[in-house]
This record gives sequence, structure tokens and C-alpha cells, in this order.
Amino acid sequence: MTDATAPTGAAIAPQVTTEVQANDHAHPDLRVWGLLTFLVSESLMFGGFFAAYLMVRGAASQWPPEGTEVELLLPAINTVILVSSSFVIHLGDVAIKKNDIGGLRKWYAVTALMGAVFLVGQAYEYATLGYGLSSNIFANCFYLMTGFHGLHVFIGLLLILGVLWRSRRAGHYSDHKHTGVEMAEIYWHFVDIIWIVLFALLYILTQFS
Amino acid sequence: MTQAQIPLDDTTLLSGQEHHPIHKPWKWYDYFTYNIDHKVIGIQYLVTSFVFYLIGGLMAVAMRMELATPDPDFVDPSLYNALLTNHGTIMIFLWIVPAAIGGFGNYLIPLMIGARDMAFPNLNAIAFWLNPPAGLLLLGSFFFGGAQAGWTSYPPLSEITAPVAQSMWIGAIVLVGTSSILGALNFIVTILMMRVPSLSWDRLPLFCWAILATSALALVSTPVLAAGLILLLFDINFGTSFFKPDEGGNIIIYQHLFWFYSHPAVYLMILPIFGVMSEIIPVHARKPIFGYKAIAYSSLAICLVGLFVWVHHMFTSGTPPWMRLFFTISTLIVAVPTGVKIFSWVATLWGGKIRFTSAMLFAVGLLGMFVLGGLSGITLGVAPFDIHVHDTYYIVAHFHYVLFGGSVFGLYAAIYHWFPKMTGRMMNEKLGQVHFVMTFIGANLTFLPMHSLGMHGMPRRVAMYDPQFTALNKLCTFGAFMLAASLIPFLINAIWSWSRGPKASANPWNALTLEWTTASPPIVENWEVLPVVTTGPYEYGMSEEEAAAVEG
Amino acid sequence: MKQIPASLLTLTAGILITLISLWVGQNHGLLPEQASEAAVLVDELFNVMVMIATALFLVVIGAILLFCIRYRYRPGDEGDGIFVEGNLPLEAFWTAIPAILVIGLGVYSVQVFQEMGGFDPGSIHAGHGMMGGGSMSHQMPQMPQNSVAMMAQAPGDGAIATDAMSGMVAQMPEGTDPAVDPVPRFGFGANTAEEGRAPDLVVNVTGMQYAWLFNYPNSGIMTGELHVPVGKDVQLNLSAKDVIHSFWVPQFRLKQDALPGQSSGLRFVANKVGTYPVVCAELCGSYHGGMRSQVIVHPVEEFDEWLQQNTVAQQQNSAQTVAVNPADLSEGEYLAPYAQDMGVDAQVLSQLHPRS
Ligand code: HEA
Ligand code: HEA
Ligand code: CUA
Ligand SMILES: [Cu+2]
Repeated sequence: MTDATAPTGAAIAPQVTTEVQANDHAHPDLRVWGLLTFLVSESLMFGGFFAAYLMVRGAASQWPPEGTEVELLLPAINTVILVSSSFVIHLGDVAIKKNDIGGLRKWYAVTALMGAVFLVGQAYEYATLGYGLSSNIFANCFYLMTGFHGLHVFIGLLLILGVLWRSRRAGHYSDHKHTGVEMAEIYWHFVDIIWIVLFALLYILTQFS
Repeated sequence: MTQAQIPLDDTTLLSGQEHHPIHKPWKWYDYFTYNIDHKVIGIQYLVTSFVFYLIGGLMAVAMRMELATPDPDFVDPSLYNALLTNHGTIMIFLWIVPAAIGGFGNYLIPLMIGARDMAFPNLNAIAFWLNPPAGLLLLGSFFFGGAQAGWTSYPPLSEITAPVAQSMWIGAIVLVGTSSILGALNFIVTILMMRVPSLSWDRLPLFCWAILATSALALVSTPVLAAGLILLLFDINFGTSFFKPDEGGNIIIYQHLFWFYSHPAVYLMILPIFGVMSEIIPVHARKPIFGYKAIAYSSLAICLVGLFVWVHHMFTSGTPPWMRLFFTISTLIVAVPTGVKIFSWVATLWGGKIRFTSAMLFAVGLLGMFVLGGLSGITLGVAPFDIHVHDTYYIVAHFHYVLFGGSVFGLYAAIYHWFPKMTGRMMNEKLGQVHFVMTFIGANLTFLPMHSLGMHGMPRRVAMYDPQFTALNKLCTFGAFMLAASLIPFLINAIWSWSRGPKASANPWNALTLEWTTASPPIVENWEVLPVVTTGPYEYGMSEEEAAAVEG
Repeated sequence: MKQIPASLLTLTAGILITLISLWVGQNHGLLPEQASEAAVLVDELFNVMVMIATALFLVVIGAILLFCIRYRYRPGDEGDGIFVEGNLPLEAFWTAIPAILVIGLGVYSVQVFQEMGGFDPGSIHAGHGMMGGGSMSHQMPQMPQNSVAMMAQAPGDGAIATDAMSGMVAQMPEGTDPAVDPVPRFGFGANTAEEGRAPDLVVNVTGMQYAWLFNYPNSGIMTGELHVPVGKDVQLNLSAKDVIHSFWVPQFRLKQDALPGQSSGLRFVANKVGTYPVVCAELCGSYHGGMRSQVIVHPVEEFDEWLQQNTVAQQQNSAQTVAVNPADLSEGEYLAPYAQDMGVDAQVLSQLHPRS
């Protein structure tokens, strides 16, 4: 009965010829594309924070509020460390493309170290600043944004350590097989770029107002 | 495509890429487990979201019972607010979005593009499994009073009422938001990279175009909502004051962050449905879709313009004059691409041989309901008029026409259309017709009078109202009961047909898109051998010569 | 049946649709009573939109029904429909028509918006007539003024305006943040006829869970319902104490959120004597639905009388009014004096839970 309404004499039935394709069942590796798409999304979350920050700042009569000192020296050193680590990690990528596992391990280890220094530096900064998360609206923004970024640095660090761990297995990475290495690198660059924007908003922009 | 250039790597960070050559069909209990088959995940999404629809609908019925009389007598006013908040939240975040994108998107996209699965099957399963805990959080929040600040949760109200429940609400939204982002990423990569080589862009089914557009929108707008909700969560629980005006915060920021997502969210809920319409109408009208390119591009246009209209929800809020006008104009522009779609579907009906299957009835019903809701939307876009009706039942009428008359009708149409593919069995057409008639009448009875209520002065989100509005409210309540009753024939039909309906052939509607070229239900991994596309998806009524000409 | 030419049918349909739309545009029965000058503008705009919408609706639905009947499947005919994939001129046509319509609507709505005073919500331009209020800082004004008579000579410059405003802030109920910039940044300002003039009457409106407070800065009157003279230009300065509320008078077609921490305003001319509801339109808690009051539009002389009487009455107990610190009272006690005006019964008030 249900079928009664279905047309039976359509002029064309789907024409599907069969053709066996090479590599038909292999699942293509699209992780890099996935990561890039994901980072687009992530950057918009930071974008939301940045927008909120700028709106709060725009409405405030004094920014940062009275008595809230923004330290500059330590974060500047931290920035230099983080930005240069982006170049270091790239050396690791270059190395693996030349099949140089030792080079990969060396540069990734240096990057991990730099990342760790950055995190320690940030923790030190938190501990020595005279204000906490809930002190005032600037402090709210400051801790939330740097904290969120710090979390991302931490995740990036874990990715790098993961690559180092895996690279111990012989032949795990090679010049034609290093997607994991690339993904860690891409993520690290992303974390770096976000930091540059954050640094500009939180540290530099606060010097002139 | 470029797939070949990407070196293979067995580090399985994101996806399980092991291949299972054994094609053993899934058992019923496989549907209750962590499973990475896109078809299983699609059905998991559909069934869970439908359960949430029933729960959300039950809340709506409770609200309508309260509103049958002007006094707050049926439920406590705080409970009423909790009901309306969770009704809105569940319907949007746990019914329409997961059913349309997660359910039909997952089930159909790989089949329509000739892929064996999504790009990241494991990620897909993870995305699904974020939904049930989100639902449990929402339901559990009722033990703490339930979130009571509306689905929009504007601070400061959301910061001072039922903080535990409100935090649970935020947790739930962040979970479904994450699910939505992961799903969107998966769709984008799948559609861009995994089409069978013979499927060129101009032969891509319009549903895929719609999901592509939807995913792009979800990808850029959802994280902004997440940002806003994280700020809200910190305000409630960790002593920050982003939205506390007396401590330097600014409540309007929340509204911008919220609507930057939530306006696009309404397109997240309608674009996949538009895609469904473009699939169903040609098949049952036996006509090629009219204006393929125009429909595909208008999805993208709606997406793009849809990102720049959010302030139309804030016309009476802290919105400066230039913004009110800018967003009036941008909102009105959305009518143009939407109109293109509507007119194209109507033109597709012209000269067809229309079969009024249940799927087609719902599709045609959708056209009528959505046009009315869309036109009332245009009146809302005009700031000087919206000032009068903002936050009244006129708004409630508008969005139920587009959401119920649009998204829900579309989902029903899709269920009737693809049920044979998913279950291998046909649904009963008679029961389907009864379901349609009851839903159509019920929806209009419930939501049409709301226009008048709002215009004459009844605000929304109230448990008590002026007695002059009693008669129309009774009518709405009656309509809601009718909608509840309309589910009986549907549920009987779905459950009965699933277990013992007549067996469906691979292609019961004689349709041309790829999903109909495989068995009903499709085997695990979809095809024995990958299909090769030789015709467009909508070439109904093409004569042999024309076909030859196209090929030549 | 004889063959009627298609063009004739189309023409008849066109004329019919036009006539029906014109009729529906005037007789939809959706609009409540008109009681302000803005309402006239808004209603005209709405009627035009209903007209356009009706025409579009009829065309689309008509076409759908027509095609559904004409091209329905007939048993036995298993073939496909006509092979048509598109038609460029037709598609261009139905892209252009809505585009033109919405552009037209956009232009029209900008015009209405401007006439309503939407461009300059802060246009209070305090004239010197109001300076009396400005000099009194934190006390209730001593001199009763016939505020209706206050007319501005010239738009005051910024400094003067701010000065005058600070007088108004002083009258706001306890707990309102005086640091808030009192010049409304959001809402509606003077309509085109009143542009550049000071309002005839200024009322400070405070929303709180779940009541409206109306304060007349120039006479010190504090009430739970709004009294305004008919035909005069009234400025409301809106603020909120706890959460967002929204001030709505359906018969005025005006609504504006009262926002904690930000100032907004509405300026209007009521043009019909009567009593109309003031509704809170923004969800503000459990008893949001009960947060209602009234606006009473008086004939001018009657309003002056009301003003006089209440000024005297309030001066006697003004000291007491100021001394009351709402924080010390339960919400129910605090609101009790206004309960009657708001139409909230005592039982509801007693149920209000204490502020958290
Ligand atoms: C599926 C969901 C969906 C869809 C598709 C839409 C579609 C539209 N919506 Fe709606 N809307 C909601 C869901 C949706 N909305 C929800 C949930 C809310 C309330 C949120 C809340 O506050 O809780 C809301 C609220 C809302 C508001 C805020 C009202 C207020 O709170 O004051 C506005 C204002 O501009 C608006 C406008 C529009 C417009 C212009 C469209 C357009 O996209 C419509 C376009 C369609 C047509 C116009 C019809 C077909 C076209 C033609 C026939 C062509 C010819 C037409 C013309 C020339 C006009 N909507
Ligand atoms: C897709 C979205 C969607 C859908 C489908 C619906 C469906 C319905 N809605 Fe909903 N609604 C919203 C989205 C939706 N709504 C949103 C976003 C809001 C705004 C919230 C806010 O203001 O914050 C809202 C608000 C809203 C209000 C306004 C509340 C207020 O402002 O005070 C009302 C009032 O009548 C209402 C009614 C209904 C009714 C009667 C239905 C009916 O169509 C429901 C039909 C379904 C049923 C009737 C199912 C019944 C099922 C059973 C009886 C079986 C039960 C069995 C088991 C549980 C096992 N809705
Ligand atoms: Cu105040 Cu609602
Ligand atoms: Cu919107």
C-alpha cells in the first residue's frame, strides 16, 4: 500500500556503474585539515574574549584601574621565549623532513623546555602580582585570558611531549610520515599567535591610557 | 583530490582509522554503545533528540496548562520560569540542532557523497556522546530549582537566581556546543575532502551544500557563545564581575556574545531543513530542482548575512541608534536569499506530477508555515516596529512558526522520506496523513492567536496575565493538546513500522541521489564498491537525448 | 468550460490580491488603542508591512495550492514531470522584487525611526527652566514648580545639560548609583516636532523586582504609577536597581529596557486621555508577570492639580521617604505602599522571597 504512490516508470533510474577504485577501503588521513578547522573555531573563542575585553575597556574611565600595576619586564621576556620557540619547533619539522630523527628530538625537546619556562614564568607572575582573579574588572580579564591561554600552552606542551615519546620508537616518524609532528607544530604556532595578540591587548595597550 | 598528497601516519590522535573488512550488520544493542559507524551515530542522534523533544514538549504542555487561566495556579511561578527556560533550551540544543545536523547530517552526508564514513569517525562518536550528559545536566538542574533566566540567560538575573542550576545549565550548553563544533569540523572536512571523485561540485546534492554552510556557521559562531558562557560561569562561581554593573562590568557585552551565536543558531536550525526540502520536493514532485545554483549559493548568502544581524534581538536594549538602523537593514536583506529558495521550491512544484506522500505533505505544509513565520520575522527586523512587540507573544508566535512550522515540519518530512532507507521498512501512509493533518491544525491553533496576544499587550515569559487575554490563551492551550495528541499516530507508526512495516526496496521513491543506490538499510561501510556518479542528483524527466547531450 | 486567456486570469488575480491586501492592511485588528504620537507612526508602518506581507503570502500560498491541485499525481501516470532546471529571467525577477521591497521598507523605517526621535535618545537639552532642580543636590526640591510650563529657550550646551541632570539623579531612590551617566544613551529622544526643545516634564523611572517607581524630580513626587499630561512632551529617564526590566506601554507602542548601570530613556507625547497599562517586558524573576503599573494620561489642568496636591502631600512625609533605607526592609514591606497601584495583591508581595 505504501508503495502505491511510488513511481515505478521513472524515465531514469540512478545510473551507477561499478568501478573498483584503488585504495578504496583505506581511510584517508585528514587530521591536519581537521586541526586547522578546529583552530579556526578556537580562535573565535579567543576572539569572543578579546571583544569582551575591548568593550569593557572602552566603557571604563581608567584602564587599568587605579592601583593595578601591569608588570612588563617578565612578560616581555616570556614573550620573547614563546615567540622564538615557534622558530625552534620549526627546525624540528625541517629535521624530520630530512629524515633526521635526532634533530627532531633535539628541537622538540628545546621547544618543550621553552614552553615550560613560559608556564613557570607565568605562574611566577601570578604569584607576585598584587591582585587576584576577583580584584577588579581588569584583573578578571587579565587572569581569565592569560589563564585560558596558559591552558592552551599546557596542551601544546603535552602534544610536543607526546611526539617526543613516540619518536623513541624506531621508524615511527620519517620524512614521508610525520603528521603528528606537523600537528603539534601547527598547534604551537597557534598558541603563539594568540599570545602575541594577548600581549598587545593586556600589556602594551595598558601602557598608554 | 588532495588526499593522496597527505602522507599517511598511523598516530591515531584523532580518529580510529582501522578498517574493518567484515561487513556484519549491526545488532540492536550496538545502537546503545559507543559506535563509530556514521549511520549508527545518526540514528543515535535522532532517537535521543526525539526523546528530548517529548520531554521539551511535555514542559510546553505544562506551561500551556498554566496559561489556560490568568492566575498563576497550576505551577509555582519560579517553576514556570524553569520550565520555559528548559523548554527553549531543550528544543533548540537537544532536539532541532542534534536531530537536523547530528542525525540527518551524519546519516546522509557520507551516503550522499559516496564515502564509507565521516572523516573522523571517533570524533563523531565522541561528539554524540557529549549530548546525553548535557541532557541529564539540564534535567538534573531541576533538583536545584532549575535555571530560570530564560534560554537567553541574561545577566544580572542569571547571576542571582538559582546559581547551581544556572551553572549546570551553562555546563550543558558548553557540552552541546563542543559537540556542535566537533560535528561541524567533521562535516566540513568530510564534504570538502571525501567526495567520490566523480561527484563534482555542481552535482553535489543540495543537502550537502546546506550542511556545509551550516557547519561553517556553527564553527565560527559557537565558540563565541562558549566565551560568553565561560564569563558568566566565572561571574557566578569565581567572583569575577564581567557582567556586574556596580563593579565595572557591562551586561550588554553578554547580550552581544550571546546573540552573535544565537542568531546564527536559528539558521543552524533552518538551513539543514532547507537542504531537506531541496531533496524531498524534487523526488515527490518528479521534477528537477528549479535553480540548483541559486539554492546552493543562497545558503551561503544566508550564512554570511546571518553573521551580521544579531543586534535585531537587542533593539530595546542598550543599543545606540546607528546600530538599530544598521541591523534593521541587514536583517531585511536576509529576506532576499530566503525568498530565492522559497520561490525555487514553488517553481519546482510547477509542471510536476506531485505525489502527496506524508513526506511531501509535511514539506508543502512547511512552505506555508515558514512563509508566514518569515514574513512576521521581517516585520520584527524593522526596529521602530520591533520596539512595540519585542518580548511579547508576537515573538513567541514568530519563532514557533519558523521553528515548529519550519524545523519540526522539516524533520517530520525527513523522517517519512528516509525512514525506509534507515530501517529498511516503509511507514504507513494513512497514519502519516492523520499525523500531518493534526499537526498542521494543532500548530496553527496554538501559534496563530499568539500574534494577536502579543500585539495587544501580553508580554512573554509570564505565568500570570491580564484576564482580557484569557479566551485566546485557552485556544492556544487547546492547540497544544492537539499537538500532543498528534504524536500518538506518529509514534504508533514509527514503532510499528520499524518492527513490522512492509519491507522497503533500495529505492522506494525512485530517487536519484546516491544514498538510494545502496541497500535499505545500507550495509556497514555503505557500499560493496564505491558508486560512480553519472547523472545529476535531480535529473527527473530528462529525456534520453537530453541525457546524451549532457554526457556528450 | 470556455478557455479564458491566462493573461486575463493573472490580471484578475493580481487585482484581487491587491484589493485584499489593501483591505487586510487596514482591517487586521491586530493593533491596540493608539495613545501617543509615536503610535500613529508605528501603526502606519505596521499597516504597510501587513499589506506587503499579505500580498506576498497570497501569491506564494496561492501558487502552491494552484500547483498542488493542477499538477497532482493522477493514478496510472507514472512518468516524470517536465524537465525544467531553471529560468534566469524568472530567477532574476524574484530576486529583484524582494530586494526592491526590502530596500523600500528599509528607507521607510529609517524615516519613521527619525520622526520618533530615535536618532538622539540623549536629546534632553535641558532648558533653563529646569535649572531650579539642578541646584539642589541631595535634597528633595523645595519649590513646587509647574513643570508643564517649563519650556526651553535654546538647547543648552553640554555642561549645562549635565548640571541639570545631576539634579535629577539626586532624586533617584536610595541605592541608585549616582555615578551612572544620567543622560540617556539608549531609547528615544525628542520627535521631529519637539526637536531642540526641552521636554515639558521629566520623570525618573526606576525598575526593581517587581515594581516601577516614578519620581518627579522637579516636585519631589514619588509614586508607583505614572501621571502625565495629555499633549505634552514627556521625558522618562529609565534605570534599574537589580536586574534588567523593560518599560512598555502597548498603547504608546514604546518600549525600552531599564538597564542596571546604564541609562536609557523614552520621550513621548501622549495624545489621548485615559489609563493604560505599564508592563514589564523583560524577564526579571518569578513575579515578572506581576510587575505592572499604570500610566494615567490627564487633561492638562487635571494634571496640574494632581501635581499640586501630591507635591504638598509628599513634602510632609518626604523626610520619612528619604530616611527609609530599602535594604533594611523586606521586599514586601518596601513595596507595600506601591502594591495597590501595581495591582499586585498583598499575598503575592508577602511571597516574594528576600533578596539574595
Ligand atoms: C528557525 C529559526 C528561525 C528563523 C529561520 C528565523 C528567521 C527570521 N527571523 Fe527570527 N527568531 C527565531 C528563530 C528564527 N527566526 C527565534 C527562536 C527568535 C526568538 C529568540 C528569543 O528571543 O527567544 C527569533 C526572533 C527574531 C527577532 C527578534 C525579535 C525580538 O526579540 O524583538 C527578529 C528581529 O529582527 C527576527 C527576524 C527574523 C528574520 C528577518 C528572519 C528571516 O530569516 C526570515 C526570512 C523569510 C521570509 C521573509 C519569508 C520568505 C520570503 C519571501 C516570500 C520573499 C519575499 C519576502 C519579502 C520581500 C519580505 N527573529
Ligand atoms: C524547536 C523549538 C521549539 C518547539 C518545537 C516548541 C514547541 C512548543 N512550544 Fe515552545 N519555545 C521555544 C522553542 C520551541 N517550542 C523556545 C526557544 C522558547 C523560548 C523560551 C524562552 O523564552 O526562554 C519557547 C517558548 C514557548 C512558550 C512561551 C513561554 C513564555 O514565554 O512564557 C510557549 C507558550 O505557549 C511555548 C509553547 C510550545 C508548544 C505548545 C509547543 C508544542 O509544539 C509542543 C508539541 C510537543 C508535544 C506536545 C510533546 C508532548 C509529548 C507528550 C505529551 C508525550 C510525553 C511522553 C513522554 C515524555 C514519554 N513555547
Ligand atoms: Cu521587571 Cu519583568
Ligand atoms: Cu535573529
